[in-house]
Amino acid sequence: MSIDIKPEFKPEGIEGAGFFATSLDKVVGLARANSLWPLPFATSCCGIEFMATMASHYDLARFGSERLSFSPRQADLLMVMGTISKKMGPILRQVYEQMAEPKWVLSMGACASSGGIFDTYSVLQGIDRIIPVDVYIPGCPPRPEQVLDGILKIQELTRSESIRRRDTPEYKEKLAAYGIE
Amino acid sequence: MSELLDIISAKLKTQFGEGLKSAEMLYDFPVFVVDKKNIVNVLMLLKDDPELEFTFLTTLCGLHFPDNKGEEFGIMYQLHNMKNNWRIRIKTFMPDGDMDMPTVTHLWPTANWMERQEYDFFGFNFINHPDLKRILNMDEMNYFPMRKEYPLEDAGRDDKSDKMFGR
Repeated sequence: MSIDIKPEFKPEGIEGAGFFATSLDKVVGLARANSLWPLPFATSCCGIEFMATMASHYDLARFGSERLSFSPRQADLLMVMGTISKKMGPILRQVYEQMAEPKWVLSMGACASSGGIFDTYSVLQGIDRIIPVDVYIPGCPPRPEQVLDGILKIQELTRSESIRRRDTPEYKEKLAAYGIE
Repeated sequence: MSELLDIISAKLKTQFGEGLKSAEMLYDFPVFVVDKKNIVNVLMLLKDDPELEFTFLTTLCGLHFPDNKGEEFGIMYQLHNMKNNWRIRIKTFMPDGDMDMPTVTHLWPTANWMERQEYDFFGFNFINHPDLKRILNMDEMNYFPMRKEYPLEDAGRDDKSDKMFGR
């Protein structure tokens, strides 16, 4: 019986007896990817699904994200889970602006990603209208497995990006498009 | 409950005459339609009369019937007499463009937020309301969404265009 085991990610480098040499970018990326501090911005049923993801059965701690940060200043990952009404929009944006670089955004569920079934005057039709989003998770609400998959996608991003992501022209252009300094 | 209808309509009739436009039972609920200019006096009578004592304002809500010419907008007050467990509704109507309404916050402080909500969704202008501003919608909103002249769906939504459904 063959078991499909994915070995832990290992960056490219030069290896020898008792040492491993690689670039600083990759070491920092590795450290960041395995110690993401998420800020849960949970407004509805996706938040309940996230609680299941954090609890013992699915156990997000296996991926180094067990430490939730309820202060945006210490958080690395903004997880937006649930319907965001237009009145909530400026608050979400302020939370995003208060987060220190490096920061990533994960949009969980149909409502956060597109407004979902709430196609109405009072609901924001997708959070990417006010803040940039790195990973979208589909579903209404998504299963915990999908949330884990979304976190793994964020980890891939954190590993592959340069240390100073905020200095890249693409990143600056993206933020400028949202009017964020 | 129809005795209650008779008692109240008799009282309103003697006090306001033509001000009482109609009184009827809708299912098991006495409903009275009164003139807008008498509305505060009617509610004050219902609250203060020792036989009626409708001391509790259960709810208050705006109405919009665009096809009723001259009576497009209205407000419904639902009152409760807690002693005898009587419930009644009072309605008043006004034409589009004349959205001024006297406030009832001096009768029931609970009307404060209810009137703010009806201002927020329909645009009723409650005269002498202590703090008439939007309560649920965002302050920047420049229309009154529960009026039947606006589409329910968000105009900014772009994943429901005909192109997406092959139409």
